Amino acid sequence: MNHWIVAPIVLPAILAPFIIMVLRYHLDLQRIFSVAGVISLLGIALTITAQAAGGDIQVYELGNWPAPFGIVLVLDRLSAMMVLLTALLALPIVLYAIASGWDDRGKHFHALFHFQLMGVCGAFLTGDAFNLFVFFEVLLIASYGLMTHGGGSVRLKAGVQYVAYNLLGSTLFLFALGTLYAVTGTLNMADMALRVAELPAEDTALLRVGAVLLLLVFCIKAAVLPLHFWLPASYANAPLPVAALFAIMTKVGAYSILRMYTLTFGPEVEATQGLVGTWLQPAALVTLAIGAIGILGTKHIARMVAFCAIASMGTLLVAVSLFTETATSAALYYIYHSTLATALMFLVTDLVMERRGGAIAPKAPMPQSGLISALFFVGAIALAGMPPLSGFIGKLLVLDASRDAPDANAIWAVVLIGSFVTIVGLARAGSLIFWKSHDALLAAEDISGEDEEGAVLPAPEPQPGLAFTAVFGAVLGLVMLTLFAGPALEYTSLTAEQLFTPEDYISAVLGGEE
Amino acid sequence: MEALVASAVGIMTAAGIFLILRRRTFPVILGLSLITYAVNVFLFATGRLALDAPAVLNKYEEVAYTDPLPQALVLTAIVISFGMTAVIVMIALSAYLSSKDDHIDMSAHDSVDATGEDA
Repeated sequence: MNHWIVAPIVLPAILAPFIIMVLRYHLDLQRIFSVAGVISLLGIALTITAQAAGGDIQVYELGNWPAPFGIVLVLDRLSAMMVLLTALLALPIVLYAIASGWDDRGKHFHALFHFQLMGVCGAFLTGDAFNLFVFFEVLLIASYGLMTHGGGSVRLKAGVQYVAYNLLGSTLFLFALGTLYAVTGTLNMADMALRVAELPAEDTALLRVGAVLLLLVFCIKAAVLPLHFWLPASYANAPLPVAALFAIMTKVGAYSILRMYTLTFGPEVEATQGLVGTWLQPAALVTLAIGAIGILGTKHIARMVAFCAIASMGTLLVAVSLFTETATSAALYYIYHSTLATALMFLVTDLVMERRGGAIAPKAPMPQSGLISALFFVGAIALAGMPPLSGFIGKLLVLDASRDAPDANAIWAVVLIGSFVTIVGLARAGSLIFWKSHDALLAAEDISGEDEEGAVLPAPEPQPGLAFTAVFGAVLGLVMLTLFAGPALEYTSLTAEQLFTPEDYISAVLGGEE
Repeated sequence: MEALVASAVGIMTAAGIFLILRRRTFPVILGLSLITYAVNVFLFATGRLALDAPAVLNKYEEVAYTDPLPQALVLTAIVISFGMTAVIVMIALSAYLSSKDDHIDMSAHDSVDATGEDA
């Protein structure tokens, strides 16, 4: 067995308790170990991605129990690329959290951060549906701590809502798994795929209920309308580096939809045929529209970026809901883009909010306004999907893949108009925050020379260098994704091909004897 | 027995949903606990209902046994939901102590959109 597969889960699982128990009172050591841990995770992710790129599906049997009886971890192209994305996202965020001092505003930031990484990596790697639930819980428990990190009454209130909503989601997940277990008698995804295919057509009513309940759970995670209500308040009130990390959490939902509804309830399974795409596609389109309207309507920059996250999930799920190879390949490229772009924008928003608060209105200008506005501009271009960054390529791929779909007109209209509204909303926010503030400074100087409050720039942050390095790291990720779009697309199309031949996955997990 | 278990799950879920839709934190948490009880009973029933049957195979004689897997699942679910309830109680308590009201929804004063400011 290849022990690299379990490493992305074991490493943070050891590191996080180590940070809590041994390094509890040493913030500097916590920071060193945390960054070292994330860099090692990146190394592991690169190794397993290189191993998975060949197309072999590798299985890790925990405790050496064979597949339908024990829990297995499965490494294929999709899980490898998602683990790699997690590690790539974590590095700039942990650097930014250290540089901006966010990790010092409450306790146990780094330990919770690594528990969160453990949950996310585990959810991507597991081949067992109940184990997927457990890893969801691991990442949620860590996210509750991170979400309320730093305290404050508004953040705690938003935290209560977030926890209550997700507890309800977890309960729904259990109902779905219970229903599926009652019908199929197994929780291993590959084994369940076999049982589902063998089920006689007249006995599939409960199975369909289970499949739709499961879809609802994943839609809560992916913030699909009408289950998106938790997202704006939680993301806008969470510490913003944490919100940047949460960009991967919505993608866990998207990943789970892709995994379950290509493997277990695949497009050729008769019982659930057309069930998922029919419901998911209109929901995704409305999600995109609401996201775009939210961007235009909100008065707070963090909420605006939260709505950007919703809109990009809409675009992503439009591609996912087509369930074709080209569309899935486009969706996988867009997952990378949207995660990095959302995270970048949350980090830039934190830079802005630390200096002038979050209102989208003219105020006294802030230090380093030029640099931050340039970064905001880059992030806005990426999120709106304008050339030259990867958002443009991603949206182009999604549109191209939906060309032959029955609802191509609706998809094109919503995506294009949504992008336009996003551009307008982001341009409005950017000009109010950066340009009008500059005008406000000039006006204040004209009216009264002695108005020192408005005219004098506050002292810059003590340690901004590393923070900007971290943000530029995220920009670099987007640029690389654009420059190497060719190889990336080659990988994603191979991944999509692997996803739509679930027989390989099933025979790898069950040893091919069934 | 089927009717009893089924109606227990149904009534607990219905009562839980009713309580979750209240405006204050305490009933919401009670509702969440009720729903987790309901799901635990439901998970228990997914291995089929069996009376007086052990959850292990007997290798010496053929006796009826009940499916042990749902019991393991229920155990996991109980641990997780218990821990989660503790977490939400703590967060709700500190939210109540710091804002002096226990409404689950954000008041107009709290909302960042209402003022455009961070509270």
